[in-house]
Amino acid sequence: MGTRNYRRKTSHSENGPGDGGRTGSWRVERPVIDRNLCIPCKRGKEACFICWLFCPDIVISRTIPPTINLEYCKGCGICAEECPTKAITMVDEAKFAEEDKE
Amino acid sequence: MHIIENGNAAAALGVKLCRAGVIAAYPITPQTPLTEKLSEYVESGDMKAQYIPVESEHSALAVCIAASSAGARAFTATSANGLLYMHEQVQWAAGARLPIVMCVVNRAVGAPWNVWNDQQDSISQRDTGWIQIYCSDHQQIIDAVIKAYWIAEKVSIPIMVCYDGYILSHTFMPFDLPDQEKVDAFLPPFNPDYALNPMEPANLNTVTLPDVRLDVKGELAHGYMEIRYLLQEDLRKTIAVAADAEKRFTEVFGRGGDPYVEPYRCDDAEYVAVGLGSMTYQMRVSVDALRKEGLKVGVMGVRFYRPFPDEAVASALKGKKGVIVFEKAISYGYEGALMSDLKSALYEHLAGTGLLPSVQNFIAGIGGREIKTDDLTQTLRAATQSRVSKEPVWIGLKL
Repeated sequence: MGTRNYRRKTSHSENGPGDGGRTGSWRVERPVIDRNLCIPCKRGKEACFICWLFCPDIVISRTIPPTINLEYCKGCGICAEECPTKAITMVDEAKFAEEDKE
Repeated sequence: MHIIENGNAAAALGVKLCRAGVIAAYPITPQTPLTEKLSEYVESGDMKAQYIPVESEHSALAVCIAASSAGARAFTATSANGLLYMHEQVQWAAGARLPIVMCVVNRAVGAPWNVWNDQQDSISQRDTGWIQIYCSDHQQIIDAVIKAYWIAEKVSIPIMVCYDGYILSHTFMPFDLPDQEKVDAFLPPFNPDYALNPMEPANLNTVTLPDVRLDVKGELAHGYMEIRYLLQEDLRKTIAVAADAEKRFTEVFGRGGDPYVEPYRCDDAEYVAVGLGSMTYQMRVSVDALRKEGLKVGVMGVRFYRPFPDEAVASALKGKKGVIVFEKAISYGYEGALMSDLKSALYEHLAGTGLLPSVQNFIAGIGGREIKTDDLTQTLRAATQSRVSKEPVWIGLKL
Protein backbone atom coordinates (compact mmCIF):
# COMPACT_ATOMS: atom_id res chain seq x y z
CA MET A 1 0.00 0.00 0.00
CA GLY A 2 1.17 3.51 -0.74
CA THR A 3 1.11 6.59 1.45
CA ARG A 4 -2.17 8.44 1.86
CA ASN A 5 -2.42 11.91 0.43
CA TYR A 6 -3.93 13.72 3.40
CA ARG A 7 -3.58 17.18 1.92
CA ARG A 8 -6.53 16.65 -0.38
CA LYS A 9 -10.04 16.69 0.90
CA THR A 10 -11.57 16.24 -2.51
CA SER A 11 -11.34 13.78 -5.33
CA HIS A 12 -8.30 15.13 -7.10
CA SER A 13 -5.88 13.24 -9.27
CA GLU A 14 -3.58 13.64 -12.19
CA ASN A 15 -4.16 12.34 -15.66
CA GLY A 16 -2.79 8.90 -16.19
CA PRO A 17 -3.66 5.27 -16.61
CA GLY A 18 -5.26 3.85 -13.53
CA ASP A 19 -6.89 7.06 -12.33
CA GLY A 20 -10.21 5.27 -12.28
CA GLY A 21 -8.78 2.07 -10.81
CA ARG A 22 -8.00 -1.18 -12.70
CA THR A 23 -10.64 -0.66 -15.31
CA GLY A 24 -9.26 -3.35 -17.64
CA SER A 25 -11.64 -5.85 -16.06
CA TRP A 26 -14.60 -3.81 -17.30
CA ARG A 27 -13.69 -4.58 -20.90
CA VAL A 28 -16.11 -6.55 -23.06
CA GLU A 29 -14.27 -5.91 -26.32
CA ARG A 30 -10.51 -5.53 -26.77
CA PRO A 31 -8.98 -3.10 -29.30
CA VAL A 32 -6.54 -4.89 -31.61
CA ILE A 33 -4.22 -2.88 -33.90
CA ASP A 34 -3.56 -4.15 -37.45
CA ARG A 35 0.04 -3.02 -38.08
CA ASN A 36 -0.44 -3.36 -41.82
CA LEU A 37 -2.99 -0.54 -41.71
CA CYS A 38 -1.62 1.59 -38.82
CA ILE A 39 0.01 4.77 -40.25
CA PRO A 40 3.07 5.08 -37.92
CA CYS A 41 3.70 1.30 -38.29
CA LYS A 42 3.49 1.43 -42.08
CA ARG A 43 5.63 4.55 -42.46
CA GLY A 44 8.00 3.74 -39.62
CA LYS A 45 7.84 7.32 -38.37
CA GLU A 46 5.94 9.38 -35.83
CA ALA A 47 2.66 10.27 -37.48
CA CYS A 48 -1.08 10.18 -36.91
CA PHE A 49 -1.39 8.96 -33.26
CA ILE A 50 -5.08 9.80 -33.39
CA CYS A 51 -5.73 6.80 -31.11
CA TRP A 52 -3.26 8.16 -28.54
CA LEU A 53 -4.86 11.59 -28.75
CA PHE A 54 -8.42 10.40 -28.32
CA CYS A 55 -7.97 7.69 -25.68
CA PRO A 56 -9.86 9.08 -22.66
CA ASP A 57 -7.91 6.91 -20.24
CA ILE A 58 -4.45 7.72 -21.65
CA VAL A 59 -3.60 4.04 -22.02
CA ILE A 60 -2.31 4.14 -25.62
CA SER A 61 1.39 4.94 -26.03
CA ARG A 62 2.73 7.44 -28.52
CA THR A 63 5.19 4.86 -29.90
CA ILE A 64 5.82 2.81 -33.05
CA PRO A 65 3.84 0.63 -32.86
CA PRO A 66 1.32 2.21 -30.49
CA THR A 67 0.70 -0.12 -27.54
CA ILE A 68 -2.41 -0.42 -25.43
CA ASN A 69 -2.18 -0.94 -21.67
CA LEU A 70 -4.81 -3.64 -21.26
CA GLU A 71 -4.70 -3.45 -17.48
CA TYR A 72 -6.53 -0.12 -17.69
CA CYS A 73 -8.15 -0.08 -21.16
CA LYS A 74 -11.87 -0.41 -20.45
CA GLY A 75 -12.71 -1.16 -24.06
CA CYS A 76 -14.71 1.95 -24.85
CA GLY A 77 -13.82 1.66 -28.55
CA ILE A 78 -13.16 5.34 -29.16
CA CYS A 79 -9.74 4.52 -30.68
CA ALA A 80 -11.35 2.11 -33.16
CA GLU A 81 -13.99 4.70 -34.02
CA GLU A 82 -11.43 7.47 -34.59
CA CYS A 83 -8.68 5.53 -36.43
CA PRO A 84 -8.59 7.05 -39.95
CA THR A 85 -7.46 3.79 -41.59
CA LYS A 86 -9.72 1.45 -39.58
CA ALA A 87 -6.61 -0.27 -38.27
CA ILE A 88 -8.19 -0.95 -34.88
CA THR A 89 -10.92 -3.53 -34.45
CA MET A 90 -12.82 -4.36 -31.31
CA VAL A 91 -12.62 -8.09 -30.63
CA ASP A 92 -14.88 -9.95 -28.17
CA GLU A 93 -12.95 -10.68 -24.95
CA ALA A 94 -14.55 -14.16 -24.90
CA LYS A 95 -12.30 -15.06 -27.83
CA PHE A 96 -9.16 -14.26 -25.81
CA ALA A 97 -10.54 -16.10 -22.79
CA GLU A 98 -10.96 -19.22 -24.97
CA GLU A 99 -7.44 -18.83 -26.34
CA ASP A 100 -6.11 -18.59 -22.78
CA LYS A 101 -7.82 -21.89 -21.95
CA GLU A 102 -6.18 -23.62 -24.91
CA MET B 1 -20.65 55.47 6.51
CA HIS B 2 -24.35 55.06 7.28
CA ILE B 3 -26.60 54.69 4.28
CA ILE B 4 -30.24 53.82 3.71
CA GLU B 5 -30.76 51.07 1.16
CA ASN B 6 -32.73 47.89 0.61
CA GLY B 7 -31.59 44.43 1.65
CA ASN B 8 -30.64 43.32 -1.84
CA ALA B 9 -28.42 46.40 -2.21
CA ALA B 10 -26.84 45.59 1.15
CA ALA B 11 -25.94 42.13 -0.17
CA ALA B 12 -24.64 43.56 -3.46
CA LEU B 13 -22.50 46.12 -1.64
CA GLY B 14 -21.09 43.33 0.51
CA VAL B 15 -20.15 41.31 -2.56
CA LYS B 16 -18.53 44.38 -4.11
CA LEU B 17 -16.54 45.11 -0.94
CA CYS B 18 -15.35 41.48 -0.93
CA ARG B 19 -13.99 41.98 -4.46
CA ALA B 20 -15.70 38.90 -5.88
CA GLY B 21 -14.05 38.07 -9.21
CA VAL B 22 -16.81 36.12 -10.93
CA ILE B 23 -20.55 36.62 -10.63
CA ALA B 24 -23.01 34.37 -12.39
CA ALA B 25 -26.67 34.58 -11.58
CA TYR B 26 -30.07 34.18 -13.14
CA PRO B 27 -32.68 36.71 -12.07
CA ILE B 28 -35.59 35.48 -9.98
CA THR B 29 -38.00 37.35 -7.75
CA PRO B 30 -37.19 38.56 -5.08
CA GLN B 31 -33.45 38.21 -5.72
CA THR B 32 -33.50 40.17 -9.02
CA PRO B 33 -32.49 43.65 -7.72
CA LEU B 34 -29.39 42.09 -6.16
CA THR B 35 -28.11 40.70 -9.46
CA GLU B 36 -29.13 43.89 -11.27
CA LYS B 37 -27.08 45.93 -8.82
CA LEU B 38 -24.05 43.71 -9.31
CA SER B 39 -24.31 43.84 -13.09
CA GLU B 40 -24.43 47.66 -12.84
CA TYR B 41 -21.27 47.69 -10.71
CA VAL B 42 -19.46 45.49 -13.23
CA GLU B 43 -20.77 47.45 -16.24
CA SER B 44 -19.73 50.81 -14.76
CA GLY B 45 -16.30 49.53 -13.80
CA ASP B 46 -16.95 50.09 -10.08
CA MET B 47 -16.33 46.41 -9.66
CA LYS B 48 -13.55 44.59 -11.43
CA ALA B 49 -15.26 41.29 -11.95
CA GLN B 50 -16.60 39.10 -14.71
CA TYR B 51 -20.38 39.05 -14.80
CA ILE B 52 -21.35 35.93 -16.69
CA PRO B 53 -24.98 35.88 -17.85
CA VAL B 54 -26.44 32.38 -17.88
CA GLU B 55 -29.65 30.74 -19.03
CA SER B 56 -30.50 29.05 -15.73
CA GLU B 57 -29.64 28.74 -12.06
CA HIS B 58 -28.11 25.33 -12.70
CA SER B 59 -25.64 27.02 -15.05
CA ALA B 60 -25.14 29.95 -12.67
CA LEU B 61 -23.77 27.68 -9.98
CA ALA B 62 -21.90 25.57 -12.55
CA VAL B 63 -20.09 28.75 -13.64
CA CYS B 64 -19.28 29.55 -10.01
CA ILE B 65 -17.99 26.00 -9.47
CA ALA B 66 -15.67 26.35 -12.48
CA ALA B 67 -14.57 29.85 -11.47
CA SER B 68 -13.91 28.83 -7.88
CA SER B 69 -11.97 25.75 -9.07
CA ALA B 70 -9.80 28.11 -11.11
CA GLY B 71 -9.09 30.22 -8.02
CA ALA B 72 -11.64 33.04 -8.41
CA ARG B 73 -13.82 34.36 -5.61
CA ALA B 74 -17.26 33.50 -6.94
CA PHE B 75 -20.74 34.71 -6.09
CA THR B 76 -24.26 33.79 -7.04
CA ALA B 77 -27.72 34.41 -5.66
CA THR B 78 -31.14 32.91 -6.10
CA SER B 79 -34.54 32.22 -4.56
CA ALA B 80 -37.12 29.46 -4.33
CA ASN B 81 -37.48 27.38 -7.50
CA GLY B 82 -34.20 28.81 -8.81
CA LEU B 83 -32.43 27.31 -5.82
CA LEU B 84 -34.21 24.02 -6.39
CA TYR B 85 -33.22 24.07 -10.05
CA MET B 86 -29.54 24.33 -9.05
CA HIS B 87 -29.91 21.63 -6.38
CA GLU B 88 -27.60 19.16 -8.16
CA GLN B 89 -24.86 21.76 -8.39
CA VAL B 90 -25.49 22.79 -4.77
CA GLN B 91 -24.48 19.30 -3.69
CA TRP B 92 -21.55 19.34 -6.10
CA ALA B 93 -20.11 22.62 -4.79
CA ALA B 94 -20.04 21.20 -1.27
CA GLY B 95 -18.47 17.87 -2.26
CA ALA B 96 -15.91 19.75 -4.37
CA ARG B 97 -15.17 21.92 -1.32
CA LEU B 98 -15.44 25.24 -3.15
CA PRO B 99 -15.83 28.40 -1.03
CA ILE B 100 -18.64 29.93 -3.07
CA VAL B 101 -20.96 32.41 -1.37
CA MET B 102 -24.60 32.42 -2.43
CA CYS B 103 -27.35 34.68 -1.20
CA VAL B 104 -30.69 32.95 -0.90
CA VAL B 105 -33.46 35.52 -0.82
CA ASN B 106 -36.06 33.37 0.88
CA ARG B 107 -39.26 32.71 -1.03
CA ALA B 108 -41.95 30.03 -1.04
CA VAL B 109 -41.60 27.17 -3.52
CA GLY B 110 -44.21 25.93 -5.97
CA ALA B 111 -46.71 24.35 -6.33
CA PRO B 112 -48.89 26.33 -6.20
CA TRP B 113 -46.91 29.18 -7.69
CA ASN B 114 -46.07 31.89 -5.18
CA VAL B 115 -43.47 34.64 -5.14
CA TRP B 116 -43.78 35.72 -1.51
CA ASN B 117 -41.63 35.01 1.49
CA ASP B 118 -41.18 31.89 3.53
CA GLN B 119 -38.05 29.82 4.16
CA GLN B 120 -38.94 26.49 2.59
CA ASP B 121 -36.37 27.03 -0.19
CA SER B 122 -33.20 27.24 1.89
CA ILE B 123 -34.48 24.84 4.56
CA SER B 124 -34.95 22.23 1.83
CA GLN B 125 -31.21 22.60 1.10
CA ARG B 126 -30.23 22.05 4.72
CA ASP B 127 -28.57 18.68 4.16
CA THR B 128 -26.44 19.54 1.14
CA GLY B 129 -23.21 20.22 3.06
CA TRP B 130 -23.39 24.01 2.76
CA ILE B 131 -23.03 26.36 5.69
CA GLN B 132 -26.24 28.38 6.25
CA ILE B 133 -26.41 31.80 7.90
CA TYR B 134 -29.76 33.54 8.50
CA CYS B 135 -29.99 37.34 8.66
CA SER B 136 -32.49 39.47 10.54
CA ASP B 137 -31.70 42.95 9.20
CA HIS B 138 -29.69 44.74 6.52
CA GLN B 139 -26.61 45.19 8.69
CA GLN B 140 -26.53 41.46 9.22
CA ILE B 141 -26.87 40.86 5.47
CA ILE B 142 -23.86 42.95 4.45
CA ASP B 143 -21.80 41.74 7.43
CA ALA B 144 -22.78 38.12 6.82
CA VAL B 145 -21.60 38.29 3.19
CA ILE B 146 -18.20 39.60 4.31
CA LYS B 147 -17.89 37.04 7.10
CA ALA B 148 -19.12 34.31 4.77
CA TYR B 149 -16.15 34.67 2.40
CA TRP B 150 -13.76 34.60 5.34
CA ILE B 151 -15.29 31.44 6.79
CA ALA B 152 -15.85 29.71 3.44
CA GLU B 153 -12.27 30.23 2.33
CA LYS B 154 -10.94 29.13 5.72
CA VAL B 155 -12.75 25.79 5.67
CA SER B 156 -13.28 25.31 1.91
CA ILE B 157 -17.02 24.94 2.25
CA PRO B 158 -19.65 27.01 0.41
CA ILE B 159 -22.04 29.26 2.31
CA MET B 160 -25.64 30.33 1.84
CA VAL B 161 -26.44 33.74 3.27
CA CYS B 162 -30.22 33.60 3.69
CA TYR B 163 -32.54 36.57 4.17
CA ASP B 164 -36.28 36.99 3.93
CA GLY B 165 -37.67 38.03 0.56
CA TYR B 166 -39.41 41.45 0.51
CA ILE B 167 -39.39 41.81 4.30
CA LEU B 168 -35.62 42.35 4.07
CA SER B 169 -34.80 42.26 0.36
CA HIS B 170 -37.11 45.11 -0.67
CA THR B 171 -37.43 47.23 2.44
CA PHE B 172 -35.15 50.18 3.16
CA MET B 173 -33.20 50.38 6.37
CA PRO B 174 -30.21 52.35 7.59
CA PHE B 175 -26.99 50.38 7.98
CA ASP B 176 -23.29 50.95 8.16
CA LEU B 177 -21.45 50.51 4.87
CA PRO B 178 -17.97 49.33 5.87
CA ASP B 179 -14.89 51.04 4.43
CA GLN B 180 -13.14 49.17 1.64
CA GLU B 181 -9.83 49.38 3.55
CA LYS B 182 -11.38 47.67 6.55
CA VAL B 183 -12.87 44.91 4.42
CA ASP B 184 -9.49 44.43 2.73
CA ALA B 185 -7.85 44.24 6.16
CA PHE B 186 -10.38 41.65 7.29
CA LEU B 187 -10.60 39.56 4.14
CA PRO B 188 -7.33 38.62 2.43
CA PRO B 189 -7.34 37.87 -1.31
CA PHE B 190 -8.57 34.37 -2.18
CA ASN B 191 -5.52 32.20 -2.45
CA PRO B 192 -6.54 28.54 -2.59
CA ASP B 193 -4.16 25.60 -2.13
CA TYR B 194 -5.03 24.44 -5.59
CA ALA B 195 -6.39 26.19 -8.65
CA LEU B 196 -6.99 24.77 -12.11
CA ASN B 197 -3.98 25.32 -14.30
CA PRO B 198 -3.90 24.29 -17.98
CA MET B 199 -0.18 23.55 -17.66
CA GLU B 200 -0.87 20.94 -14.98
CA PRO B 201 -3.98 19.05 -16.00
CA ALA B 202 -5.86 17.33 -13.22
CA ASN B 203 -8.98 15.28 -12.72
CA LEU B 204 -11.36 16.83 -10.22
CA ASN B 205 -14.22 14.84 -8.76
CA THR B 206 -14.23 12.12 -11.38
CA VAL B 207 -15.67 8.71 -10.58
CA THR B 208 -14.45 8.00 -7.05
CA LEU B 209 -14.74 4.41 -6.00
CA PRO B 210 -16.41 3.13 -2.85
CA ASP B 211 -13.06 2.08 -1.44
CA VAL B 212 -9.66 3.78 -1.25
CA ARG B 213 -7.24 3.06 -4.09
CA LEU B 214 -3.77 3.87 -5.35
CA ASP B 215 -3.69 6.84 -7.68
CA VAL B 216 -1.43 7.20 -10.72
CA LYS B 217 1.45 8.32 -8.50
CA GLY B 218 1.04 5.31 -6.22
CA GLU B 219 -0.38 7.43 -3.41
CA LEU B 220 -3.40 6.11 -1.58
CA ALA B 221 -6.34 8.25 -2.68
CA HIS B 222 -9.50 8.69 -0.64
CA GLY B 223 -12.61 6.78 -1.54
CA TYR B 224 -15.96 8.55 -1.76
CA MET B 225 -16.74 7.78 1.86
CA GLU B 226 -13.53 9.38 3.16
CA ILE B 227 -14.17 12.55 1.14
CA ARG B 228 -17.72 12.83 2.46
CA TYR B 229 -16.61 12.14 6.03
CA LEU B 230 -14.02 14.93 5.78
CA LEU B 231 -16.80 17.33 4.72
CA GLN B 232 -18.83 16.39 7.80
CA GLU B 233 -15.78 16.66 10.06
CA ASP B 234 -14.86 20.08 8.70
CA LEU B 235 -18.45 21.31 8.98
CA ARG B 236 -18.41 20.44 12.68
CA LYS B 237 -15.06 22.26 13.03
CA THR B 238 -16.62 25.26 11.27
CA ILE B 239 -18.61 26.01 14.43
CA ALA B 240 -15.34 27.07 16.12
CA VAL B 241 -14.15 28.85 12.96
CA ALA B 242 -17.32 30.98 12.99
CA ALA B 243 -16.45 32.18 16.49
CA ASP B 244 -12.98 33.10 15.25
CA ALA B 245 -14.49 34.98 12.31
CA GLU B 246 -16.84 36.87 14.61
CA LYS B 247 -13.96 37.84 16.92
CA ARG B 248 -11.82 39.14 14.06
CA PHE B 249 -14.78 40.91 12.53
CA THR B 250 -15.50 42.65 15.82
CA GLU B 251 -11.86 43.71 16.10
CA VAL B 252 -11.89 45.30 12.64
CA PHE B 253 -15.41 46.71 12.42
CA GLY B 254 -16.30 47.29 16.05
CA ARG B 255 -19.54 45.33 15.94
CA GLY B 256 -20.44 41.71 16.31
CA GLY B 257 -21.64 39.38 18.98
CA ASP B 258 -22.61 35.77 19.32
CA PRO B 259 -22.08 34.13 15.92
CA TYR B 260 -24.60 31.35 16.63
CA VAL B 261 -27.62 32.75 18.42
CA GLU B 262 -29.01 36.21 19.06
CA PRO B 263 -30.92 36.26 22.36
CA TYR B 264 -33.22 39.13 23.34
CA ARG B 265 -34.39 39.44 26.96
CA CYS B 266 -33.56 35.76 27.44
CA ASP B 267 -31.40 35.92 30.59
CA ASP B 268 -34.24 35.73 33.12
CA ALA B 269 -36.84 34.44 30.67
CA GLU B 270 -38.90 31.37 31.54
CA TYR B 271 -40.16 30.96 27.99
CA VAL B 272 -38.10 31.62 24.89
CA ALA B 273 -39.34 31.92 21.33
CA VAL B 274 -36.84 30.65 18.75
CA GLY B 275 -36.74 31.24 15.01
CA LEU B 276 -34.69 32.07 11.93
CA GLY B 277 -34.42 35.48 10.31
CA SER B 278 -36.51 38.64 10.41
CA MET B 279 -39.44 37.11 12.31
CA THR B 280 -37.28 36.98 15.46
CA TYR B 281 -36.85 40.78 15.30
CA GLN B 282 -40.58 41.27 14.88
CA MET B 283 -41.05 38.97 17.86
CA ARG B 284 -39.11 41.43 20.04
CA VAL B 285 -42.15 43.69 19.92
CA SER B 286 -44.29 40.82 21.24
CA VAL B 287 -41.73 40.06 23.92
CA ASP B 288 -41.73 43.70 25.08
CA ALA B 289 -45.55 43.70 25.19
CA LEU B 290 -45.71 40.46 27.17
CA ARG B 291 -43.00 41.62 29.55
CA LYS B 292 -45.25 44.56 30.42
CA GLU B 293 -47.92 42.01 31.35
CA GLY B 294 -45.37 40.43 33.67
CA LEU B 295 -44.65 37.36 31.53
CA LYS B 296 -41.00 36.36 31.59
CA VAL B 297 -40.47 35.78 27.88
CA GLY B 298 -37.58 36.27 25.50
CA VAL B 299 -36.75 35.57 21.86
CA MET B 300 -33.69 34.01 20.30
CA GLY B 301 -32.75 34.06 16.65
CA VAL B 302 -30.58 31.25 15.33
CA ARG B 303 -28.07 32.96 13.04
CA PHE B 304 -25.92 29.96 12.20
CA TYR B 305 -28.11 27.04 11.18
CA ARG B 306 -25.70 24.67 9.45
CA PRO B 307 -23.46 23.42 10.92
CA PHE B 308 -25.96 23.44 13.80
CA PRO B 309 -24.44 25.07 16.90
CA ASP B 310 -26.09 22.51 19.19
CA GLU B 311 -24.03 23.35 22.27
CA ALA B 312 -24.69 27.08 22.03
CA VAL B 313 -28.39 26.51 21.46
CA ALA B 314 -28.74 24.04 24.33
CA SER B 315 -26.74 26.21 26.68
CA ALA B 316 -28.86 29.28 25.87
CA LEU B 317 -32.08 27.36 26.55
CA LYS B 318 -30.91 25.37 29.56
CA GLY B 319 -33.36 25.49 32.46
CA LYS B 320 -36.08 27.41 30.59
CA LYS B 321 -39.62 26.25 31.26
CA GLY B 322 -40.56 26.26 27.62
CA VAL B 323 -39.14 26.80 24.16
CA ILE B 324 -41.50 27.89 21.41
CA VAL B 325 -40.17 27.43 17.89
CA PHE B 326 -41.65 29.66 15.18
CA GLU B 327 -40.85 28.62 11.62
CA LYS B 328 -41.56 29.72 8.07
CA ALA B 329 -40.91 26.24 6.74
CA ILE B 330 -41.74 22.66 7.62
CA SER B 331 -40.26 19.25 7.07
CA TYR B 332 -43.44 17.95 5.49
CA GLY B 333 -44.80 14.92 7.24
CA TYR B 334 -43.35 15.81 10.63
CA GLU B 335 -42.61 19.28 12.00
CA GLY B 336 -40.40 22.33 11.47
CA ALA B 337 -36.78 21.42 10.65
CA LEU B 338 -35.45 23.84 13.27
CA MET B 339 -37.83 22.27 15.82
CA SER B 340 -36.35 18.81 15.18
CA ASP B 341 -32.77 20.09 15.30
CA LEU B 342 -33.45 22.01 18.48
CA LYS B 343 -35.12 19.05 20.20
CA SER B 344 -32.16 16.90 19.24
CA ALA B 345 -29.68 19.42 20.72
CA LEU B 346 -31.71 19.79 23.92
CA TYR B 347 -31.98 16.02 24.34
CA GLU B 348 -28.27 15.52 23.68
CA HIS B 349 -27.08 18.17 26.13
CA LEU B 350 -29.82 18.35 28.76
CA ALA B 351 -31.55 14.96 28.99
CA GLY B 352 -31.53 13.73 32.57
CA THR B 353 -30.33 17.04 34.02
CA GLY B 354 -33.79 18.27 35.01
CA LEU B 355 -33.09 21.37 32.90
CA LEU B 356 -34.86 20.17 29.78
CA PRO B 357 -37.50 22.70 28.61
CA SER B 358 -40.82 21.66 27.09
CA VAL B 359 -41.10 22.44 23.36
CA GLN B 360 -43.80 23.59 20.98
CA ASN B 361 -43.77 24.37 17.30
CA PHE B 362 -45.67 27.03 15.35
CA ILE B 363 -45.63 27.47 11.60
CA ALA B 364 -46.24 31.00 10.31
CA GLY B 365 -46.03 33.15 7.23
CA ILE B 366 -46.10 30.32 4.68
CA GLY B 367 -46.22 31.69 1.13
CA GLY B 368 -46.05 35.26 2.39
CA ARG B 369 -49.12 35.08 4.65
CA GLU B 370 -48.84 38.24 6.71
CA ILE B 371 -47.46 37.63 10.19
CA LYS B 372 -49.23 40.09 12.45
CA THR B 373 -47.34 41.06 15.57
CA ASP B 374 -50.60 40.72 17.51
CA ASP B 375 -50.88 37.11 16.36
CA LEU B 376 -47.32 36.42 17.50
CA THR B 377 -48.03 38.05 20.85
CA GLN B 378 -51.22 36.02 21.36
CA THR B 379 -49.55 32.80 20.28
CA LEU B 380 -46.59 33.36 22.56
CA ARG B 381 -48.88 34.25 25.47
CA ALA B 382 -51.00 31.12 24.93
CA ALA B 383 -47.88 28.96 24.63
CA THR B 384 -46.68 30.10 28.04
CA GLN B 385 -50.01 29.06 29.63
CA SER B 386 -50.13 25.49 28.31
CA ARG B 387 -48.86 23.26 25.60
CA VAL B 388 -51.17 24.00 22.71
CA SER B 389 -50.53 20.86 20.68
CA LYS B 390 -48.07 18.06 20.12
CA GLU B 391 -48.33 18.71 16.39
CA PRO B 392 -47.01 21.94 14.88
CA VAL B 393 -49.72 24.60 14.88
CA TRP B 394 -50.16 26.81 11.82
CA ILE B 395 -50.80 30.39 12.84
CA GLY B 396 -53.60 32.28 11.10
CA LEU B 397 -54.90 29.31 9.12
CA LYS B 398 -58.36 30.00 7.65
CA LEU B 399 -59.74 26.57 6.82
